[in-house]
Amino acid sequence: MSLLKTTDVIKRFGGLTAVNKMNFVLEEGQIASIIGPNGAGKTTFFNTLTGIYKPEEGAIEFNGHSLVGLRPDQVAERGIARTFQNIRLFGSMTVIENILVGMHTQLKQRGTDALFRTKAFHKEEAEAEAKARELMDYVGLKNVGNELARNLPYGGQRRIEIARALAANPTLILLDEPTAGMNPNETEEAIKLFRRIRDEKGITVLLIEHDMRVVMNISERISVMDYGEKIAEGTPAQIRSNQRVIEAYLGREAAAAQA
Amino acid sequence: MRKFFSNLYTSINKEPWSYIVTFGLMLIGSALVYMVPRSLMAFLVLMLAPAALYFLKMNNRIKLFAGLLLAVVILPVLGVRNIFYLEVIFQICVFAALALGLNIVIGLAGLLDLGYVAFYAVGAYTWAFFGSKQMSLLYSVPGAAPANAPFFLENPDWFWFFIFLGIGLAALAGILLGLPVLRLRGDYLAIVTLGFGEVIRVLALNLDKPINITNGPQGITPIQRPNLSPDLLNAIRLVLEPLVGHSVTDAQFYNVFFYFLALIIIIVAVVVARRLEDSRIGRAWTAIREDETAAIAMGIPLVRMKLMAFAAGASFAGAMGVIYAANRTFVSPETFSFLQSIGVLTMVILGGLGSIPGVIVGAAVVVFLNIQVLQTFSLYLSSLRQSDAVIPIINFAWKNLSTQLDPAKYQKLIFGVILVIMMIFRPEGLIPAERRKRELVGEKEE
Repeated sequence: MSLLKTTDVIKRFGGLTAVNKMNFVLEEGQIASIIGPNGAGKTTFFNTLTGIYKPEEGAIEFNGHSLVGLRPDQVAERGIARTFQNIRLFGSMTVIENILVGMHTQLKQRGTDALFRTKAFHKEEAEAEAKARELMDYVGLKNVGNELARNLPYGGQRRIEIARALAANPTLILLDEPTAGMNPNETEEAIKLFRRIRDEKGITVLLIEHDMRVVMNISERISVMDYGEKIAEGTPAQIRSNQRVIEAYLGREAAAAQA
Repeated sequence: MRKFFSNLYTSINKEPWSYIVTFGLMLIGSALVYMVPRSLMAFLVLMLAPAALYFLKMNNRIKLFAGLLLAVVILPVLGVRNIFYLEVIFQICVFAALALGLNIVIGLAGLLDLGYVAFYAVGAYTWAFFGSKQMSLLYSVPGAAPANAPFFLENPDWFWFFIFLGIGLAALAGILLGLPVLRLRGDYLAIVTLGFGEVIRVLALNLDKPINITNGPQGITPIQRPNLSPDLLNAIRLVLEPLVGHSVTDAQFYNVFFYFLALIIIIVAVVVARRLEDSRIGRAWTAIREDETAAIAMGIPLVRMKLMAFAAGASFAGAMGVIYAANRTFVSPETFSFLQSIGVLTMVILGGLGSIPGVIVGAAVVVFLNIQVLQTFSLYLSSLRQSDAVIPIINFAWKNLSTQLDPAKYQKLIFGVILVIMMIFRPEGLIPAERRKRELVGEKEE
């Protein structure tokens, strides 16, 4: 059974159909990418998956259960974590606290535990903090636990976002343009990190990405979107030689000229 | 100027100077207030003592001891000597608790609530209704109450129970308000809460018919106070009267009692606020304040967390409402005006959004300005008006000064000026909020 399966998902904004009849299947343990020109509906598709938007039509199944109609926090609780295209950290919280917020669904403490500082509370907080430090290490953040998130450089903030998403102990992680704005070195490291997330933690990874080096390098399966529709799907090699994809990216005439 | 102060701070912020300054201020301040009970300056000197206590580095035990000495011994004794100070300090405590509650809603969760005082009203009217004769006046016309109506509760010690009931009802009101409005963001939420605050006040104003529940604009009075054991009071008198220098009446004891009660609420409020802040719930609140979309994507149920923030914030106000009603033995809708909500908001912003020590300082400063500095100016001006004094050069006689020019009436102006100045020059407040720094376990210093 596939981990994530969408059937004919449609999302409209007024007269604009941002996502049109999207059929998408993701197998457990895959690293897959969604690519497409700007405005193709990739991020809208992500937002529809995570419950930020409600699809007008269609079904979304995750782990055999429907996600349609769930609130974003309920979707997160089912094991889908995500990062955002424009980094959305909790800027005036420290790096550690950002990661602890990511653990929200994992922590069991109640208000009364916090008020009376029960043993269980102290234990859970200590464990959570230890796990947060582990995650910082994992994504390559050093000595910044007490820094405010907004004070970190861009690359660092991207890492916090990934650590925060991992903190939720997800089955599937959605990364929305995770390497945007990174230099080649950082990109290289990011690719390694994504592989490790899948190989070591067994988390399925779905990316939206513009950087073709990243996409071709890491993806086992690529889906291409244009004008809200999926126009192609396949391995990197198949996508590279797909005529419709080339047209979508370069425009029909340029593609013809190139051929 | 700034440099001078920072130099001064560094030079006194080390032993033994921190001790000398703090205890010196406490000693001189209390001596001054003791000798010149009416002097504003003397009181200011005394108020510098807790500031020094907070800001200067000292052994924590000594800090605690000095704080207790100040709060439990010095302030009550001086307060009994000049009962007005006790009133000032009581009001500071009341508003500090309100500010702490509002700080959870605005400072932590980032929900702009402009009708906060409504929850205070819920607490106050709860005890006002059950702790007075109102229950037997339900069908009588306001103002025409029979003199021999009985109190609803024979034993005024029910008060203690009603503190908790007030907390519960205020929290419930918070949830009821929250349910329909929490889908709104920012400005819209502010407007609706503003409306809610007014609704509660107008209800209090008009629920005197058809059934007389609130006694309308006249307010409810008398409201019972809990019993104080006469034996205990006499025992305390033995110690207190020589210290104060005059005999202490029961009414004054009640003032001391309410001061302590308010103090306990403050301490509980601080502990509750701090513990919640540094937990899963507090982190979720802050996350919501910082970025709702990211917070919900992390699995934080927005509505539930916001309702909790509203309920927690409201409960502080509910408790203080009950105490306030008993302290005044009188409540009326006037007390719960929109201006009061803005006043509490001013305290929170002045002190520092999200900062617990900040909002307490904010409450102290605003109350102090309001009921002491402005009053003193008013008194001074009116005494000038009575005299034959003339302003030199322009030759203007003080007695021709319009009575409209009464500083005590300039509360709103002061709130406004404080808000504007803080927003421009120090938006993070007097004592900005700080994130908790965790131990550097496993993190090597470079």
